[in-house]
Amino acid sequence: MFEYEFMQQAFIASTFIAITAGLVGVFVVSRNMSFLSHTLSEIGFAGAAFGILVGISPLAGMILFTLVSSIAVGSLSGEASRREASISAISSLFIGLGILFLSLSAQSSSYATNILFGSIVGISAPEVKQLLILALFVIFIFLIFYKPLAFDSFDHLGAQASGLKTRLLSIIFLITLALSVSIGAQIVGSLLVFVLLTLPAATAKYIVHSVPKMILVSVGLSLAGVWIGLYLAFITNWPVTFFISTFEVLAYFGGLSYKNWKLTH
Amino acid sequence: MIEAKNLTKSFGKQLIFKNLNFRINNGEFISLIGPNGSGKTTLVKILMGLESKTSGTLNVAKQTIGYVPQFRNIDLDYPLSIEQFIRLNLKFTFSPKQRQLDNELITTIMEKTHLTQLKNRPLGLASGGEKQKAYLAQALLNEPKILILDESTASLDVEVKMQLMDLVQELNQKYQLTVIFITHDYELTKKYTKRALLFKNKTLEELDVAEVSKKMFEMEG
Repeated sequence: MFEYEFMQQAFIASTFIAITAGLVGVFVVSRNMSFLSHTLSEIGFAGAAFGILVGISPLAGMILFTLVSSIAVGSLSGEASRREASISAISSLFIGLGILFLSLSAQSSSYATNILFGSIVGISAPEVKQLLILALFVIFIFLIFYKPLAFDSFDHLGAQASGLKTRLLSIIFLITLALSVSIGAQIVGSLLVFVLLTLPAATAKYIVHSVPKMILVSVGLSLAGVWIGLYLAFITNWPVTFFISTFEVLAYFGGLSYKNWKLTH
Repeated sequence: MIEAKNLTKSFGKQLIFKNLNFRINNGEFISLIGPNGSGKTTLVKILMGLESKTSGTLNVAKQTIGYVPQFRNIDLDYPLSIEQFIRLNLKFTFSPKQRQLDNELITTIMEKTHLTQLKNRPLGLASGGEKQKAYLAQALLNEPKILILDESTASLDVEVKMQLMDLVQELNQKYQLTVIFITHDYELTKKYTKRALLFKNKTLEELDVAEVSKKMFEMEG
């Protein structure tokens, strides 16, 4: 299948997307931000639709919207329950806006389908390059802030007590999350990008007990998911997203069963 | 040594406490008592430099404080092992020599806190007492001169409480660690500390532990 250029590009792009999502996911899960990553992907949908409407690339629109809203959400303080409610309110508004932008831009509905569900054939060489640069940027930020981010994500109170600047770390994390959502959505679609951002890391949590090992397992599962997904999509002509999400969900329940089995043995 | 003169804190118009005057000597094991909401946690945050004072003076070496809070967000699914949890507090290093030193420090601290046998247990599955020891060990990694225990014994069984306090007492005596023990526990205050600071009417009274009465704890609900 690698004789097709679009498949080569899809493989390169999804490899980098999987590495980024698997890495960032470990921190999403440990910071209990799965819900926020879901919301950000919906906001990303509105951003992409906005991009189409005003004539910039959907990726640029996505980055713009997710960055602004992740920082806005990050500065929402107060009770966790109220924050959840605010996040739901914001996400409803953005889905509505996304639909409005799409209808105003008079694009065909296949465009909307691509944004929401992803598309492997739709990715061009310059777009792959953009994704690579963004993915490398996110990975670079994580390398620089790895230790303090891990401390803050796995033990917020301890990090505060040790004098780390937890507020600044939170903003840095939200920016990388916004970028990861935007790049991940290019392959799996905005509706399911949170699958890659949460499930592999949640599975890793059940299997291994250190941060570096969690990152390895999470990135591994994420890579396995997109590679298997792309291959099966190629031979069956079914949507890639279906295979990726099925693989990750099966891995998740496998991990959960392993944990329960270990508890009783 | 920690010394406060006329230390006052208010949030907007709401006064938390006023004119606190106290002194905590190096190597002292002191308890900090008072009703819920009386300002104990705010005082601790000011000591640690996480909150600013409104007025007054305070002398304290901020970098050397280790803080052990009562609650952490550690649920049953928490993935890290006890050793990995403690290691979160290590700085990143490329130097193999520093890594070696870090490993030695971890080994020593786990021995000190009697956690060596438990180092691979996931923290989420550890008992209340084991968790508190892990929190303590993580705070000790900064090699603090002052240790603040924020109701660290509150949710533990009597026997486990005593074990933890014996351990803290050992650290206090062997290494001259200053310990500030925030508590609602009359028995532990009597048994382990010599002096107490009591929050009352928005200010702080210094008491000899012999003057501490059960009544001071009963009003706390």
